[in-house]
Amino acid sequence: MAGTFSLQIVSPEGNVLKEDVEFVVLPGGAGELGILPNHSALIAGLDIGVIRYTLNGDVKRAAIAGGFVEVIDNAATVLADTVELGEAIDLARAVEAKERALKRLSSPRINEIDLRRAEYALRRATARISAASDNK
Amino acid sequence: MAGTQDIRRRIRSVRNMQQITKAMKMVSAAKLRKAQLKLIAARPYARQLQGVLERLAQAPVDVIHPLLKKRPVQKVVYVLITSDGGLCGGYNANLIRKTSGLIAEAQQPVKLVTVGRKGRDFFRRGKIEFLAEYTKLGDDPSYSQAKEIAQEVVRLYEQGEADEVYILYTEFVSAMTQRPSQIKLLPIDQPEGKQGKQYIFEPSAEDILNSLLPKYVETLIFRSLLEGKASEQGARMTAMSSATDNAKTMIDKLSLAMNRARQAAITTEISEIVSGAASLE
Repeated sequence: MAGTFSLQIVSPEGNVLKEDVEFVVLPGGAGELGILPNHSALIAGLDIGVIRYTLNGDVKRAAIAGGFVEVIDNAATVLADTVELGEAIDLARAVEAKERALKRLSSPRINEIDLRRAEYALRRATARISAASDNK
Repeated sequence: MAGTQDIRRRIRSVRNMQQITKAMKMVSAAKLRKAQLKLIAARPYARQLQGVLERLAQAPVDVIHPLLKKRPVQKVVYVLITSDGGLCGGYNANLIRKTSGLIAEAQQPVKLVTVGRKGRDFFRRGKIEFLAEYTKLGDDPSYSQAKEIAQEVVRLYEQGEADEVYILYTEFVSAMTQRPSQIKLLPIDQPEGKQGKQYIFEPSAEDILNSLLPKYVETLIFRSLLEGKASEQGARMTAMSSATDNAKTMIDKLSLAMNRARQAAITTEISEIVSGAASLE
């Protein structure tokens, strides 16, 4: 291992995480984005998806609903619109939200805005489910 | 002198009021604590965002984003953050007074976006034009509410309805002190900085700015909402606390008056009896 770097995740609702991690994978706007220690300075937009970070050899997950990341001086800061750590996610509620979104998507008279909103909700729910269920 | 009955009735009504103000004081104390925690929780995000923006300004980026570009100021918009409810001392009055002063001094025509019922109701009586109004945000302003307001403000700015946007809110200093304040929302003043590191932008500097700058506006509005809410609860707590104290003083005064009246009545009665007895002799 090449050592660790500091990962901080913040959202407008509060400070979510501050740890020294070995590796982090972020859902970048154009595909996944892996960051190892001593990464060069970067600012990237983040999509809805799952953050995976390796802490003392364990892979942990968090669901993020968009935001961006700044990497500078061996520190990554994720500024998330909303974020939930894997262990804090209520899986039953996430599954429920997914079903609700699917039902809305399959309804025949759906307008443009509702369609986009439902798609957004579906993607968020999917991210939360995958962040929660793969977390041991 | 008023009769004992009347005074007793007044004491009862003052005591009822005192109970209400006392309850309101305790409720707002609890709400203040919650609002303060939220305010503190929102700080790291705001600080980090500010930091990113500063470092971004240092990076050699040659795109000029519309939200950063200064235009000749012809129209000004104030976003005024007040409360929905009253009974919070000078909280709304102080901010409204500051706003009126600013509007009177302004060289350009001013339009308003109001958040909260009090500000809206006050300025509706004048001839100021409203571009948007938001009420019933509740005791717990959420980020999505801030986002909604921010989107509207950015839209107004981009459409040229405003060349400058200021936000007027009450800064929370402590439970006892709240300060009416203003900050410039748009165009975003790019912080000056020394030449920094060269960033890799993913996907591009322009895209990053496109999503980062509106977020900056959202964060500023969110913070002002939280500051305003904490100030409101603080002001209400202080106001209700002094109302409770005043009620106590009043009850004491009335009790004294009542006892005096009662004593006077007894004295009169005794002297009547005595004089009655004396006349029989």
